[in-house]
Amino acid sequence: MLVLLFLLSISVFFLFNLLPGDPARLTCGKACTPAIIEANRHRLGLDEPPLTQYVKFVSGIFVGRTFSPDSPEPIVCDAPCLGYSFNRHELVTSLIARSAPVTFWLAIGAFILWLTAGISLGIFAALRRGRWQDRLVMGISLIGYSLPSFFIGLVLIFFVIIKLQWLPFPNYISPFENPFQFFQTMLLPWIVLATLNAAFYMRLTRNQVLEVLGDDYVRTARAKGLPERRVVVRHALRAGLTPIITAAGLDLAYLLGGAVISENVFSLPGLGSLIVTSVTDSDLPVITGITLVTATIIIFANLVVDLLYAVVDPRVRIA
Amino acid sequence: MMRTSRSLDRPFLSVTDLSVAFPTEDGLVQAVDGVSLSVERGKTLAIVGESGSGKSVTAQAIMGLINRNAAKVSGEIWLDGQELLGLPQHEMQALMGSQIAMIFQDPMSSLHPFYRIGDQITEAIRAHRKVGAAAARRETIEMLRHVGIPAVERRVDAYPHQLSGGMRQRVMIAMALINSPALLIADEPSTALDVTVQAQILELISRLQAEFGTTVILITHDLGIVADVADDVAVMYGGRIVEVAPTTVLYDRPEMPYTLGLLSSVPRMDRELPERLDPIRGNPPSPIRLPKGCVFQPRCDYSDRVRGGACLTVRPDLLPSEPDHLVRCHLPVDERQTISRDVLRVLSGAPQ
Repeated sequence: MLVLLFLLSISVFFLFNLLPGDPARLTCGKACTPAIIEANRHRLGLDEPPLTQYVKFVSGIFVGRTFSPDSPEPIVCDAPCLGYSFNRHELVTSLIARSAPVTFWLAIGAFILWLTAGISLGIFAALRRGRWQDRLVMGISLIGYSLPSFFIGLVLIFFVIIKLQWLPFPNYISPFENPFQFFQTMLLPWIVLATLNAAFYMRLTRNQVLEVLGDDYVRTARAKGLPERRVVVRHALRAGLTPIITAAGLDLAYLLGGAVISENVFSLPGLGSLIVTSVTDSDLPVITGITLVTATIIIFANLVVDLLYAVVDPRVRIA
Repeated sequence: MMRTSRSLDRPFLSVTDLSVAFPTEDGLVQAVDGVSLSVERGKTLAIVGESGSGKSVTAQAIMGLINRNAAKVSGEIWLDGQELLGLPQHEMQALMGSQIAMIFQDPMSSLHPFYRIGDQITEAIRAHRKVGAAAARRETIEMLRHVGIPAVERRVDAYPHQLSGGMRQRVMIAMALINSPALLIADEPSTALDVTVQAQILELISRLQAEFGTTVILITHDLGIVADVADDVAVMYGGRIVEVAPTTVLYDRPEMPYTLGLLSSVPRMDRELPERLDPIRGNPPSPIRLPKGCVFQPRCDYSDRVRGGACLTVRPDLLPSEPDHLVRCHLPVDERQTISRDVLRVLSGAPQ
């Protein structure tokens, strides 16, 4: 895993920093002279060889670093230092630290919502397989799966906020400051994100349960005289859980890296919004930083998923 | 109305005209067609037949395991004065695992891989009786010890994959017997096991049957294991019973050519001839397109001895050739008995 993270840091760093385009040129405005550009280039450390830049970047993560040390106002960046955004005059870490909670709450809320709705409706459909309830749930799932999230988001904003005025315009606030306003703001984004994913989990759960329902140990459970509900939930679902966990772990990790569209539609200042503005501004340090953080989350999510396999399936446990 | 009045002098288990049909895309699969059988309390009935003969489906129908949305089930199943097929689902569930229990063929896949074996048995107890967790666990340990599992205190918390096939089948037997069922259905309980373990498992079932007074239906394709354990034998072919008799009668005087074929294909250590086994030629019929006449006719060596070609056109009935011995065959009784004597003589190694 450490090897993976190391390779990741190399590829991310060089991918973004060796791209054509001159970051130094972007640092000064219209009245730019070659002299200022050169000065900035030196200040940003861009005049050094790429490998030196990379070593400084990585050592910054572990021990911190100082930008433009020979200038009158050196910028101290404590470990873990992911760089400094000269566009925003702010450390990348503090930018991420400001946006990450928004994304975190968005992702967690939507995650809980879609797992609950997706798995329970999936089981429901499996129990009523072939009947109209099954077809209804699968129909809803198909619709939910086909609608783009910005469309659902805009429709919800239009009706719930503008037309019916059930909710105020979204204005993000930390749940610790004002829980009520926090819920009012997050409710629609949660629903939008959950709709898309719940649709997928309904299908996944239904198919998993139906597949396992024909297995021998499910027949054994029936032969014990257990009620159908217990047979399906405790015996069939448990056995079919592995792919659901895999999907859920990776989907959550993916979402923690920023829900670009939903955050923009609801103007939530999360990682998704941050990365979009950074890309438009060609703010390389921020893009590099976020990419690295997101990729790390996904690697960790994989690890957690692997560990969860062992919790679910005793055969995976190592004696 | 009539049903309740008739139930008094019935045998302990009586199946009347049981039919199970599965609608499929290729047509209706008539897995079981008009099966009638009965077992007295405490006795063992063996149902013998090849794969696809309908023996397992018959067992599952009695057990209540046929999904009534996916199959058409008709007939009557009476257990201890109660008709089972007409019961609402929750009443049938109350009987499953408590009054009727089942052991399945493959102990590898019949236990849930994710739960400890002790918990799986405890679940069966608590599904039917109000017993505390500690008491249920004690009972489980006691039963596991009873079916011959060594080091029970440790094994009770083992997962199925940590046990051998024979041990798992013992666990299945413990689970089936934990609520002292009146009827135990054993569906090929020893088929998936090593030969040495097979004998142990069958012996265990017989011992427990005697001890608990359980009525047993033993489903098997192996006539070789039937002789020692069963009181009666029903031979099934193509979804029908083709011959049924007390075990000694069936071994002494088998009449249906299919039963003769099964007996000829059992390898035996105690005889020298014939030098090679004599398998039944051909394959079992497709359950979708059954022959118009006798279902066994395409594989029968003797159908040309029936005058008028009745074997090709008319389904024979299951008729008594002596009391308690029913045979489904167009051949005249005396001719069947002659054929039977000839075949048995060859099997026992006597000169022809």
